[in-house]
Amino acid sequence: MSQITSKGKGTFSASHAALAVYTGAVYLFLYAPIVILIVFSFNRAKQTAVWEGFTLEWYAKLLGNAEVGHAVVNSLIVGGLTTLLATLIGTPAGLALARHRFPGETVTRALLYLPLVIPEIVFGAALVTLLGLAGFRLGLWSVVIAHVVFSVPYVAIVVRSRLAGMDRSLEEAAADLGASPAEAFRRVTLPLLMPGVVAAGLLVFTLSLDDYLITSFVAGVGATTLPLKIYSMLKTGVTPEINAVSSLLLVVTMALVLVAQVLLRDPTPKDNVR
Amino acid sequence: MADLAPRSRPFLLLLPTWLTLGLFFVLPLGIVLILSFAQRSPTGSISPVTDWWAYISSGKFLSNYAQSLDGLYLRIFWRSLWMAVLTTVLCAVIAYPAAYYLAIAAPTRWKGLLLALAVIPFWTSFLVRTYAWMLILRTQGLANDLLIAAHLIKEPLDLLYNQTSVMIGLVYGELPFMLLPVYASLEKLDRSLLEAASDLGAGKWSRFWRVTLPLTAPGLAAGTVLVFVPSLGQFVVSDLLGGSRSMLIGNMIQNQFTTARNQPFGSALALELTLLVLLLLIAYAAYARKRGEELL
Repeated sequence: MSQITSKGKGTFSASHAALAVYTGAVYLFLYAPIVILIVFSFNRAKQTAVWEGFTLEWYAKLLGNAEVGHAVVNSLIVGGLTTLLATLIGTPAGLALARHRFPGETVTRALLYLPLVIPEIVFGAALVTLLGLAGFRLGLWSVVIAHVVFSVPYVAIVVRSRLAGMDRSLEEAAADLGASPAEAFRRVTLPLLMPGVVAAGLLVFTLSLDDYLITSFVAGVGATTLPLKIYSMLKTGVTPEINAVSSLLLVVTMALVLVAQVLLRDPTPKDNVR
Repeated sequence: MADLAPRSRPFLLLLPTWLTLGLFFVLPLGIVLILSFAQRSPTGSISPVTDWWAYISSGKFLSNYAQSLDGLYLRIFWRSLWMAVLTTVLCAVIAYPAAYYLAIAAPTRWKGLLLALAVIPFWTSFLVRTYAWMLILRTQGLANDLLIAAHLIKEPLDLLYNQTSVMIGLVYGELPFMLLPVYASLEKLDRSLLEAASDLGAGKWSRFWRVTLPLTAPGLAAGTVLVFVPSLGQFVVSDLLGGSRSMLIGNMIQNQFTTARNQPFGSALALELTLLVLLLLIAYAAYARKRGEELL
């Protein structure tokens, strides 16, 4: 930087200060609504935005709300099953893409990217049409199917990029030392891969926990997930209870994403190789 | 694993993914394609075709597409298109200076935190983040309360349920998707080129327009795809923050598949939306290939 700033240093640092202030404003724009939402979830005022004092009343009310409780349970079931199935299906795919050359590779990659770029609304509408024609009863399972479909590509891509950034010489060294391919996989590749798989699983769990649009198409009666419940609540009007439940969802997903970020940070952490 | 022939191994590894995506992603889209040429029966199901030849030769199989060219639907398509374009442009203009600061000017010790803060909204509930704006913009919301408290207005303004509130929601929701790819391209920027431009006598602005901006165009292109595509198919933001006159394609498609119970027409609309998105992606792929990048 110092070389660039050598000419007209004064104006340059002034413009950097302006940029810093501007960037601060952008972050304020990104985070102020989230902070406001969380602050309001502790506000005693029922109708207005005026601060009338701290309360945990809305969180207490949530605990007593059986419908919200039911939605939370549904969301956890769907999220758990989705994470399990999507990592089981997507991890081998990521492995194949990173470690093998095969005919149909480009088609497979395109197939994996397609669910990420086709508008959600198109996928939701299409899937519910298929399930309807096939006579499949909508319920929690149809939600799980939908979530697994949009999660598998994430898992495959995260696992592939983790493997791609990984040194192959470790696997080769294991082979040179007499390990069978299965052994080398189990004792070298898999431990190196695990943080990536776990991170992908956390991200997928977050996506599943958050999804409204696709779920709204395929959820049957009694399969109301938390975002569906929140949506129907806020369609009837803003209440402090929605602030509380939204804040909880927000904090939980943020925590999950942070853990995933930490896991994905270093592609080959040395202390993981034993 | 060891006893499998190496040649068949990738196929076995990929089989579950192929089955899942084939059965529950490709097949449904294929059905929607077929349905888009069908007709809705008076009861809301699909009319059976008795005379295929007449159905095709009369051009009746295209009637859903013909209907979608009707003034009302065309207007909604047009509105969705320009709102998506506006969202993309606003996101680019807002995100670029911040990304520039993050990549080039920010103190190193702050960088990690600032980047993490830029990534988090990427993954957190879009629904909740949209709802937060209802809280701010509604009649008894924070914005009106603050304006009244500051004696700037006497009566609360109608800030919610119009195209401006939809625009705010879209830009707010999609901004991180522009910020990150632009940041990545600025981070890769070869600083010595900037120095060379300065040494050759380029002023600050001409250096930006003629060196920095062209070199970071790939990041802007990637951000454009990431912002434009979800904005175009938007449902949640327009449904929650918009009024009756800010309906977008997404709301129209949802309506056809649910309340209106006209799957064939909804299918035609969904395919038109998909086609628009694919055209943009093909253009992007061509651009990336020309630059010698491997896209897939």
